Amino acid sequence: MRMRWFVWLLVGLAAAAFGLFAYQLSRPKDDFVHSAMIGQAIPSFDLPPAVADRPGLSSRDLADGRPKLLNVFASWCVPCRAEAPQLAALEASGANIVAVAIRDRPGDVAAFLAAYGNPFSRIGKDDISAVQLSIGSSGVPETFVIDGRGVIRYQHIGDVRDRDVPVLLEELRKAGA
Amino acid sequence: MGGFLAMLLLLGLSLPLAAQDLLPPAPYAYRQLDDPALEARAQALMETLRCLKCQSQSIADSDAPMAGDMRHQVRTRIAAGEDPEAVRTWLIQRYGDYVSYKPAISATTWPLFALPVLLLAVVALILWRRLGRAK
Repeated sequence: MRMRWFVWLLVGLAAAAFGLFAYQLSRPKDDFVHSAMIGQAIPSFDLPPAVADRPGLSSRDLADGRPKLLNVFASWCVPCRAEAPQLAALEASGANIVAVAIRDRPGDVAAFLAAYGNPFSRIGKDDISAVQLSIGSSGVPETFVIDGRGVIRYQHIGDVRDRDVPVLLEELRKAGA
Repeated sequence: MGGFLAMLLLLGLSLPLAAQDLLPPAPYAYRQLDDPALEARAQALMETLRCLKCQSQSIADSDAPMAGDMRHQVRTRIAAGEDPEAVRTWLIQRYGDYVSYKPAISATTWPLFALPVLLLAVVALILWRRLGRAK
């Protein structure tokens, strides 16, 4: 009889454990590795131009007082093609979009932009993913909101869909656009 | 019918879209450091860092271009005299604890370390009571 409370304690613990398993299993899986750099100043970098008709990109360009979208993309990345119309819509809504081309050849970038449009005011060439790693980006495409002081405010992982356009515009507005 | 067959043939012949880049790997993605002592430190660290593209592999195991770029970062930073744990911290600041395979006690992981100790204590208590009663 003295052990009864102990048995009930074990039953309670087992029920709690199974409850925890059920809760965790019912939650959608999140495969994304989120950047831990939100709220941090963008690390300093200086990338050469990725194409002839746009300047390169440095961290100073991102701290010029005006908030921007920073798109991490590549011509070899299939979802980057899918997000082209949404990036064009963002640019049409007044967003200033700069880009980093990851592990890409100038001719391929130029052909990609000719085929899918060029919403970028600057494109830096990152051949060893150095800037990508420095901002905690783990793939292409990703889109960051950078405020006028060069602080990373928001990260969107994956291609920008229609429903993400107002979210990004709102984040830009919160960043002071 | 002929058109349908031609379409099937075209589908079969079409090449999969290249989802990989065509650039050569970063200089130190596959090249070891000249100093064997530094390379050993870099290798030990790379085996405990997660590849972000292929999340159950270490960057030492993975041939993903991004893992190569991460190895380049690790090797060049260690060659420049950085401590391996400083490089690990640099990556954790960017990607969170998830990027490191090295077990660390933190606000979220402490139950993993506390639970076995607790269970052993319970076992010891039960054994003590049973053996004590048998006497």
